[in-house]
Amino acid sequence: MIAFWILGVILIASAMWTITAKKPVYSVVGLLAHFVALAAMYLTLSGEFLAVMQIIVYSGAILVLFLFVIALLSSGVAPFATGIDRLPKIAAPAIVVALAGLGFAIYAVGRSSVAATSGALTAAAAGPVGTAGVFGSVDDFGKALFTTYLLPFEITALILMVAVIGVVTLAGDSTPYAATEKQARAVRKSMREAIVRGGER
Amino acid sequence: MRKNLYNVGAILKGLSITFAFMFKKKPTIEYPSVKKQHAPRFHGLHELRRYADGKERCIGCELCSSACPANAITVIGAENTPEDRTSPGERHAARYEIDELRCIFCGMCEEACPTDAIVLTPRFEMADYRRGSFIYAKDRLLVPPGAGLGPAPDERPNGIPSDLGRVAEVKSTMDIAQGYSATNRGETLKTQRKGLAP
Amino acid sequence: MQGAIDTLNAAPLWLVVLIKSAVLLLVVVTTFAYAMLFERKVMGWMQLRPGPNRVGPWGLMQPAADAAKLILKEDLTPKTADRLIYRLAPFISLLTAFSVYAIIPFGASASGPWAIGNVNAGILFLLAITSLGVYGISLGGWASGSKYPLLGSVRSTAQMISYELSMSLSFVGVLIIAGTTSLDGIVNAQLHWWFFITQCVGFVIYVITAVAETNRAPFDLVEAETELVAGFHTEYSGLRFGLFFIAEYVNMLTVSCIATLLFLGGWNAPFGMTVVPGIVWFLIKVATFMFFYIWLRSTLPRMRYDRLMAFGWKVLLPVATLNVIATAIYVAFKG
Repeated sequence: MIAFWILGVILIASAMWTITAKKPVYSVVGLLAHFVALAAMYLTLSGEFLAVMQIIVYSGAILVLFLFVIALLSSGVAPFATGIDRLPKIAAPAIVVALAGLGFAIYAVGRSSVAATSGALTAAAAGPVGTAGVFGSVDDFGKALFTTYLLPFEITALILMVAVIGVVTLAGDSTPYAATEKQARAVRKSMREAIVRGGER
Repeated sequence: MRKNLYNVGAILKGLSITFAFMFKKKPTIEYPSVKKQHAPRFHGLHELRRYADGKERCIGCELCSSACPANAITVIGAENTPEDRTSPGERHAARYEIDELRCIFCGMCEEACPTDAIVLTPRFEMADYRRGSFIYAKDRLLVPPGAGLGPAPDERPNGIPSDLGRVAEVKSTMDIAQGYSATNRGETLKTQRKGLAP
Repeated sequence: MQGAIDTLNAAPLWLVVLIKSAVLLLVVVTTFAYAMLFERKVMGWMQLRPGPNRVGPWGLMQPAADAAKLILKEDLTPKTADRLIYRLAPFISLLTAFSVYAIIPFGASASGPWAIGNVNAGILFLLAITSLGVYGISLGGWASGSKYPLLGSVRSTAQMISYELSMSLSFVGVLIIAGTTSLDGIVNAQLHWWFFITQCVGFVIYVITAVAETNRAPFDLVEAETELVAGFHTEYSGLRFGLFFIAEYVNMLTVSCIATLLFLGGWNAPFGMTVVPGIVWFLIKVATFMFFYIWLRSTLPRMRYDRLMAFGWKVLLPVATLNVIATAIYVAFKG
């Protein structure tokens, strides 16, 4: 429970930092802290596999790409606008709605038995973390993913694949397509000549 | 594909070469503890020599100074008086200074000297902290009176024989711990003259 | 021995973990220091030099001298640097490098308490932590506020992402055969056949990607001296540079440990030579792998960047994928 509160504070603080930071790279660092804390949170909930995946996928891959792009593009750019100007117009109603939702959630949790919830959690975490058959283990996760939820899983994979192909098509390589090595050589030669011409001009 | 496989072979070959090199004898001379024996005619720090009776050879003629391509030598001569004869001739060097930072260790001073007073020794360790320390005056160049005499420059291989100052007994003018042994040098010279050494 | 284990089992968990962590930290730092000396010695021998031998007998005190030097050096921060992240980056590097050791088992859990924590998803945890190591490098390079570090950090990001894929895939083959993600289980699965024989393709891929992941020659594009001065740590000096330095070597050590656990049979003795305790075998294997690393560095020239990328994506990744598929088919048909 202590871990929950500490992690919760870290999570909220890092999230706040992410959205209020002056420089984009600070946001990345904030988000990184957030992801790691979130993974730790999953661990306390015995979601071992989820925690590891959270770090591998989000921190290890996606956020690195963010950092890559930000480091390349923003090093010379002025920092974000800060202060009240940064808030979008919809901020005020959004905050009201969010607060209302939070209030309702607290009310609802308060009404239901807190003891029951935490009792369920303890039951789930019984036994050594991550052994097969225990909630959140790699075995269970894998089995669920490849049997019960196989169709959604494959569809997700397909959608991601389509997205990748779409990106490649949209961003594409500007070099003309060359099927054979001979054609490729011709293409390279014409590109070199174009560069030389540009230099002369 | 075949080409790529050849590349793998090349990598393995490279690895085997470096592995074999691990066990080869290392040519390193571990300098401060082990010192390399220089060639007998190595050009190092200068030395001003004396005759067997302890008189200075230098007669203050300044020929070394004018021969010096780097203008490193300053000589100020003075007359010998009957009461105080520093050198056998009429004159001696009142001041004799070599700026070792300017010196290019070519040995022209040695060639020019009519009395074989200035000689280049194989000593080369003269690092210091201040530029001023590299101006060597008589106090550091002159061989101490009791230290004996090094071989004359023309006693070296291919040197022109000279009847000047026959050296009866060859003694070290240098601290042996400093790495240069005049005795050894004399031995080398002797064997070389007899045609025993390559 | 048994008495000691019983005492350890009786002690409260937090105390045991604390003591183990402290001991391990000490051991890893010492190993780093001597790994560095070992590297300089071996590199020297391979280049017909004796290597460092001035400080202490055979240069054994050299690491201490190096440490004193790094600590006493001035810690510079460039004017254009982003101070906060510039200072944070070495610690991220070091933290990720060390935290891996929390779950690496150095011996069979049955014969003694050789690991701090035994996580069931051990291998995934390893991947997760090592994948965070890139942040230290890329943030440090970015925060230095100068050209070469930025180029170095951008390179490192691209390189590590590219090679991490193939590395994970080389793990998958092992996981399929072993049928478990726990490091303990993987080593126990190698009782008869070590996986570098049954998973030879995976092993080769792992060795290559491991060198690339730790930014070591011939894949040290991140700190390519001839092109980028010193890459991401060009602006770092003193102790902060030292932290990056430690992180690099500790990562080397980590990668060697993983290779030992996954492919070289961990603490299993070869040819039934069980007289020597498992921990010794483990250390011998790690040392052999480290030696291989150094050997590679003193043999191969640095790769060109575009070839590095092409090799990673067009050769390693397809081969690794095929290896996974082939292993899966084999296991499926064998039952």
